[in-house]
Amino acid sequence: MLESLVIVGAGQAAAQLIASLAQDGFAGSVTLVGDEPYLPYQRPPLSKKFLAGELAFDRLYVRPAAFYEKAGTRLMLGTTVGRIDRQDKTVVLADGSRLPYSTLVLATGSRARTIPLPGADREGVYFLRTIADVEALRAQFQPGKSLVVVGGGYIGLELAAVAAKQGLKVTVLEQAPRVMGRGVGPVVSRFYERLHREEGVDVRTGVAVCGIEPGHVVCTDGNHPADLILIGAGAVPNVELAQEAGLVVEDGITVDAQCRTSDPSIYAIGDCTVQHHALFDRRLRLESVHNALEQGRIAAAAITGKPAPALQVPWFWSDQYDVKLQMVGLSAGHDAAVVRGNPDEGRSFAVFYLRQGMLLAVDAVNRAPEFMMSKQLIAERAKLDPARLRDERVAVKELKG
Amino acid sequence: MAKITFEEPDGKLHTVDMAGGQSVMEGAVKAMVAGIDADCGGACSCATCMVYVAAEWEGKLPAKQSDEKQMLEFCPHVQPNSRLTCQIPVTDALDGLTVKIPPSQH
Repeated sequence: MLESLVIVGAGQAAAQLIASLAQDGFAGSVTLVGDEPYLPYQRPPLSKKFLAGELAFDRLYVRPAAFYEKAGTRLMLGTTVGRIDRQDKTVVLADGSRLPYSTLVLATGSRARTIPLPGADREGVYFLRTIADVEALRAQFQPGKSLVVVGGGYIGLELAAVAAKQGLKVTVLEQAPRVMGRGVGPVVSRFYERLHREEGVDVRTGVAVCGIEPGHVVCTDGNHPADLILIGAGAVPNVELAQEAGLVVEDGITVDAQCRTSDPSIYAIGDCTVQHHALFDRRLRLESVHNALEQGRIAAAAITGKPAPALQVPWFWSDQYDVKLQMVGLSAGHDAAVVRGNPDEGRSFAVFYLRQGMLLAVDAVNRAPEFMMSKQLIAERAKLDPARLRDERVAVKELKG
Repeated sequence: MAKITFEEPDGKLHTVDMAGGQSVMEGAVKAMVAGIDADCGGACSCATCMVYVAAEWEGKLPAKQSDEKQMLEFCPHVQPNSRLTCQIPVTDALDGLTVKIPPSQH
């Protein structure tokens, strides 16, 4: 009997899995179940070009409808899963109908984190995670309106940049002492605070939000007038289905190097997973396109019995104004942060994070050469000389020494 | 509309009819051309949609902007005739373009 594979969740990880299965010669049937009414689409442009109206709707799709048709994928979009019956190897949909599987892949992604704020359920409070979220928000994007962004992470700041460009009055409120604290080092946070201020955004750090009242946000530093409020408080992995099915779940669904969960016929890929990363020797939950694509490829190889693709160094990007931030590796555990270029002036520099001289990570601000070079150096566990890194007279290609 | 031909590393040819209003990368992904990974979806952030452009076409493509130049500088398998397909909009002028896919995008 041919294998019947069911994928729950229709994001970028799922689309990559389907493409890689086709490439790897998977002969079974594939059913894709997604709760949004769309084909798998790219989320990164939602807070950037799509929000700004510079990218048409159909260009968000990872692959066109014809691709799924050609691959023989059965699409069940706008469909919610109720539970997984592992004993019966069946996915039970919310409407009670049953989808049997021989292999199940959970690609359930993550959702916007909500915060228990008084008034957070008021009209005019938005999140940004889906096409529907952007459409609701964009209809309110009018010059002169006041926008308060609660949370100075990537989503909040990317949205702030688009809004400021469109003539909204933007305030960003971040509870931590610096913006983007989870993703980048302090030097980079300081740069982004300056960048946004230069572009006319009122960035406040170390400010706690107490509640939302009609027309304003109540904070520890006073009231901030707001026609619109965006809550950008990070993402929560969608692990409930796995949890209720009794799979091992930590901060995400626990998977092995082949993306297999604690049940050998169930895989999990993308934002919803926690996986040990061999290069950093740590368990990681990565919320990134790169991880979604990687794990889609890894799971496809495992399912079809092909050799696993070579391990890659995690990387991330963020576009704000004319500044391209590219991050590669993970800086946790570094004992030195070496700055190349001047973060206090202009808009171009890079920070190298080292542990005992070994390169762990780089945050590159409009520094693509440093980023591209470092991708390779981190994978090679290269040891670098901080004095040379700092010295701009040493060309990027000479950094390796 | 433009007919663009991709040559895979093993010599296999894949000719695609592409409409305007998109990049060569998007046209290739839609047509399922193998070897154009395009991980970042066209943000000029990953350099995984690189191709080698046939000599007679090098001068006919829109010039590289600084983003693309910088990404290509340390792109694996780069050659002087490398381009990132996400940075090349499809136009009628590209009709007949031939590009070669590198052995890997990593």
